Amino acid sequence: MKLDKKSKSNLITYAIVIAAYIIFQVLAMTGNLSSHMKGLLVPMTYYAVIAVALNLCVGILGELSIGHCGFMCIGAFTSAFFSKITADILPTAPRFFLAFLIGIGFAALFGFLIGIPVLRLKGDYLAIVTLAFGEIIKNVINAFYIGIDKNGLHFSMKNSMELGMEADGNILVNGAMGITGTPHDANFTVGIVVLLISLFVVQNLVNSRDGRAIMAIRDNYIAAESTGINVTGYKMMAFTISAAIAGAAGVLFSHNITTLTASSQYFGYNASIMILVYVVLGGIGNIRGSVIAACILYLLPELLRGLSTYRMLIYSIVLIIMMIVNWSPKVIEWRKKTFGKVKLPGRKEVA
Amino acid sequence: MSFLTYFINGLSLGSIYAIIALGYTMVYGIAKMLNFAHGDFIMVGCYIIFSVSGALSGNSIVGIIVAIILCTLLGITTEFVAYRPLRGAASPLAVLITAIGVSYLLENLALLIFGADIKSFTSVIKWEGLTFADGQLRIQGVTIVTIVVSILILIVLQFFINKTKQGQAMLAVAEDRGAATLMGINVNRTIMLTFAIGSALAAVAGALLCSAYPSLSPYTGAMPGIKAFVAAVLGGIGSIPGAMIGGLVLGIVEILSKTYISSQLSDAIVFGILVVVLLVRPTGILGKKIQEKV
Amino acid sequence: MALLDVNKLCISFGGLRAVDDFNITIEKGELYGLIGPNGAGKTTVFNLLTGVYKPNEGVISLDGEDITRKNTAEINHAGIARTFQNIRLFKNMPVIDNVKVGLAEKYKYSALEGILHLGKYRKVEKQMDEEAEKLLKVFDLDKERDTLAANLPYGKQRKLEIARAMATGPKLLLLDEPAAGMNPNETKELMDTIALVRNEFDMTILLIEHDMKLVSGICEKLTVLNFGRVLCQGETKEVLNNPEVIKAYLGE
Repeated sequence: MKLDKKSKSNLITYAIVIAAYIIFQVLAMTGNLSSHMKGLLVPMTYYAVIAVALNLCVGILGELSIGHCGFMCIGAFTSAFFSKITADILPTAPRFFLAFLIGIGFAALFGFLIGIPVLRLKGDYLAIVTLAFGEIIKNVINAFYIGIDKNGLHFSMKNSMELGMEADGNILVNGAMGITGTPHDANFTVGIVVLLISLFVVQNLVNSRDGRAIMAIRDNYIAAESTGINVTGYKMMAFTISAAIAGAAGVLFSHNITTLTASSQYFGYNASIMILVYVVLGGIGNIRGSVIAACILYLLPELLRGLSTYRMLIYSIVLIIMMIVNWSPKVIEWRKKTFGKVKLPGRKEVA
Repeated sequence: MSFLTYFINGLSLGSIYAIIALGYTMVYGIAKMLNFAHGDFIMVGCYIIFSVSGALSGNSIVGIIVAIILCTLLGITTEFVAYRPLRGAASPLAVLITAIGVSYLLENLALLIFGADIKSFTSVIKWEGLTFADGQLRIQGVTIVTIVVSILILIVLQFFINKTKQGQAMLAVAEDRGAATLMGINVNRTIMLTFAIGSALAAVAGALLCSAYPSLSPYTGAMPGIKAFVAAVLGGIGSIPGAMIGGLVLGIVEILSKTYISSQLSDAIVFGILVVVLLVRPTGILGKKIQEKV
Repeated sequence: MALLDVNKLCISFGGLRAVDDFNITIEKGELYGLIGPNGAGKTTVFNLLTGVYKPNEGVISLDGEDITRKNTAEINHAGIARTFQNIRLFKNMPVIDNVKVGLAEKYKYSALEGILHLGKYRKVEKQMDEEAEKLLKVFDLDKERDTLAANLPYGKQRKLEIARAMATGPKLLLLDEPAAGMNPNETKELMDTIALVRNEFDMTILLIEHDMKLVSGICEKLTVLNFGRVLCQGETKEVLNNPEVIKAYLGE
């Protein structure tokens, strides 16, 4: 069978991910990977997954979201809650599988519900409202208290005392202290599988009837409408899928740590912005670029830990310089003059 | 009486948000970019006041003046080095990410110079404040000064924008950059002036913020910066009175919800207000309606 | 029965009556011109016909179906396709995908089949490719099949916009100043393209145009708009010789 350009490009992406997986596995097995490095592998996969999700929203749908970690947060908490209450009942494999379904399902549900108001807005207004929703999610989860005793589930939005449980009670979700003791089900292999599935979904979507409709809306929603496209419907579809994938990243997240808290560091707007940096540096709309950028940019500061306080300083300067070199119209012109044709990340050559 | 006290505290916090939001809204309206580093300019201003006042054994007036000058220079430099090269870039996201880079840079520079530990900031306002109704209602000096300063700034800015040549040039650039260029307005200089004003305001806001909430760290500016941005959007981004209204609404809602509802949920409520307002008015309270011509 | 029947269409913006008591009847197969001075409300009429604006009063019916209250996408499904004065292509997509977006209503598979690339996906995509390629050939765009729409030369962008509109399988095609910004050679080629669309697809066309040579060359009937009102309506020759029309165009 003859492969067209798009399918070939998709296969290359899968191949890169699988090759990276094999390389890291071999390094780990031959003892060439420090334990610190090993600990970075799962986070690397979930950051790649959420970068793919965000690129679907920013690059394919064309709407800037700076609250995507909120969906990751929902996926993380709902799945962790499920895994915790079923830890003694279900065996690992089906439990983890169901945890994924639950995390993805809830993230998609919230993506859909939040999408209804958000997608009515445009441009920067839309962006700030996604930020607002991200912060609201984080805040509300921080005020959640759920406990269980022989009388059943107890719930409060104030503090753990308000739960009014019997002495045998067990606190499941403890407000800002989060959920402790989620089974440690995630590993690098599962992370890679989730990443491959996310890539499969997004890349196939892009090359389908629905994906073309979504990109048409991005390029010109007025023309899209008069070409018969249901703009609201397709926007909702893309946003919901994007949230669902972010939810999957959240499931990986929560099943890779012992104590899950809705902290700003992981789920605040700063975290969402960090993912956005991955997407922009990897190339807006370039799915493969997102994966590569997420992996490199996640590992880079971690590997620079030796430089301690200087590492984030270096990172920020590199970020600014890269943006100017890749995007400044004057610099691009100069590069064209000096080096001939310039390949820019995330943009097909526009003559 | 206690409600009135909280309300006035909210007014004061809102005034600080308003001053920061003015910087956001001017830069957005004129340069058409979200300067994510704006909040960090506040932090820089605070550290400058902290250091200068410390060196001069508590002379905060000099500290404030130095902070305003240095922040203005910082704003101009940032615009020139990091943002100007990206004007006319293929995607507006380019300059947004660069602004995020600048934000990281400032935070980490502060971290390197001053360390991560929280510094206790000495209020720049020594006045005790006023007491009413036999001591039942006490208004702190810093609260009164903050509210007065923000009103003064609003008046001066309105005058500047509407009555001076530079102000008119700003309006012209905000409306249509290309046409402004054709009319002989120096767009680069106008944008630079906007950054200068916005950054100077950030220094003032920093002095007031840290006087009211005296703990200083490299991340002091981040959250107030974001809230002020929310305030600017709430009021209608690009609108100066809108920034003022948005700031005040946000400050009052934040303090009252912290007091009467839940301190944990107050941020959620603040952001919730933004969502609700934008649903009713998609471009903010005083924002202009945008409709694309077909 | 007329293909398009518009009755007493009105819309106001603020206090301004942009279109006032607009009537038009277009028979199947006609090539109809809508002309008038700048600001007369021609594009507003197009926007009303395609649901971009909702009229304050009046009824629009297409092939006997009342489409007045339908939204833009539904009106397209009902059978009206259009182009825009300032070209609106899906710029970051290849030429063929622009056309395939237009074909999406005709060739369907479920979103799940699309994501999994299973079921009807391959078969339907192949049909779409074939039909899109056929369309591109008609419009002489087959060599640019995989070029990004943004990189096409101006004249070809206009053509692609028409091709995309035709892909939605319309009963009525609206062209908003198709010759705007074209040199005489390009205009000539465009006239050929319009003639081609008409003959090849048996299409009914309503077009807005300023180029009088083009209008008098291809339109059979004309409606002249002035200040939002119909000034004159009828056979092209008669309309162009009407003293009122000449006055509106050239002044007193």
